[in-house]
Amino acid sequence: MKTLIRCTVNGEEHTVLADPRDRLLDLLRGRLGLTGTKEGCGNGNCGTCTVLVDGEPVNACLMLAVEAPGHEIVTIEGLSEGSKLHPIQEALVKHGGTQCGFCTPGIVVSAKALLDRNPRPTEEEIRHAIAGNLCRCTGYDKIVAAIAAAAAEMAEGVEK
Amino acid sequence: MIPFKYECPDSVEGAISLLRQGNARVLAGGTDLIPQMREGRRSAELVIDLKRIPELTTISELTDGGLAIGAAVSATKIASHPRIASAYPAVAASVRLIGSLQVQTRASLGGNICNAAPSADGVPAVICHKARARIAGPEGRREIALEEIFAGPGRTTLGPGEILTAIVLPAPEPCSAAHYLRFTPRREMDIAVAGAGTWIKLDENGAIAEARITLASVGPTPLRAPSAEARLIGEKPIQSLIEEAGRLAAGDARPISDTRGSAEYRRTLVSVLTARALAACCGSLGLEVEAP
Repeated sequence: MKTLIRCTVNGEEHTVLADPRDRLLDLLRGRLGLTGTKEGCGNGNCGTCTVLVDGEPVNACLMLAVEAPGHEIVTIEGLSEGSKLHPIQEALVKHGGTQCGFCTPGIVVSAKALLDRNPRPTEEEIRHAIAGNLCRCTGYDKIVAAIAAAAAEMAEGVEK
Repeated sequence: MIPFKYECPDSVEGAISLLRQGNARVLAGGTDLIPQMREGRRSAELVIDLKRIPELTTISELTDGGLAIGAAVSATKIASHPRIASAYPAVAASVRLIGSLQVQTRASLGGNICNAAPSADGVPAVICHKARARIAGPEGRREIALEEIFAGPGRTTLGPGEILTAIVLPAPEPCSAAHYLRFTPRREMDIAVAGAGTWIKLDENGAIAEARITLASVGPTPLRAPSAEARLIGEKPIQSLIEEAGRLAAGDARPISDTRGSAEYRRTLVSVLTARALAACCGSLGLEVEAP
């Protein structure tokens, strides 16, 4: 039986009908049309469905939609400002840190979670932060370089 | 996945009375339950979310210096809790091995225990710390040694309508240290081929007064290594002793051969991991002991 739930996604409050079987991923893609969050493995291994829940990274395939009320959810769509990309996205473009692009939204969100709590991560910390995000094109070096560059740029922006 | 109802009670009693309604399962982090239900490995007509129950979602300091970790508290919250990080660093480090950071945001220690996978990385360190399991059910509340909750792969000794409410860590003992090590082919996002948790306590002469060794992935449940523990008592921790304890632990293990490793390989891993974890305990206590 479907129930009405209220949830906050990218700063906007939504009231939607959810089946208890719906995952947060289904709610975002199917009901809210936020298709930037991708479905990969569907069992928490690949990380392409990563979103932020109260600032922490979560696999949207491992959380039920009915668990969403009371939490602030941020998806990849919530990171850019209109057509202005987030510095992490800019850096991935500039460093060629995207190949097929399917893992990219999850990588960006995991990188955002990292830089929010650790603005100057080491390479090892960056690699650990994206360990739950699989890139089957295996372009990790450029992704790591892009996140490091974004961190440097964002830290510089703060100092200016 | 068959349709199910979803309830989120705000008390333990509420959860237990819902559990009596038959084909129900409790939901903590959901990182095991949700894929299991979607893949048809588990089914339920009612899913009871425990995360609105304050008792299950808080870490409380006990008057005797110990801690009660609510069964639904996430790995991330456990690892970043200042008292756990300082007084029980092996617990903080081992919950950081469960899945990815994304999984740790959701996954609970209670779930890692009740899913009852012999490979659960969160379990050996808490058993080494003499953890107790607080259980609530239709007949009331009870408390048991945590290791008694495991019945076999995927099975616990919880009775019908019972839930694990908290994991109680006794106050840290002076001159003691714990460490957990696992072996995985990949550095991250992998399941332990074997794991070893160790805890030692030294007496005033620097000899080992007490020892606890808990092995992962080498038996139907997490296993203590009694002959290795017994060998350590009364001895000063030196390299030859911890290596011997490792070999005895390998004998205590009851591994099977599967896709992750052969039984013989697992025994070798137990021997090395146990000795290395013991050496790490020694290191935490200011003693330099070489490990293999």
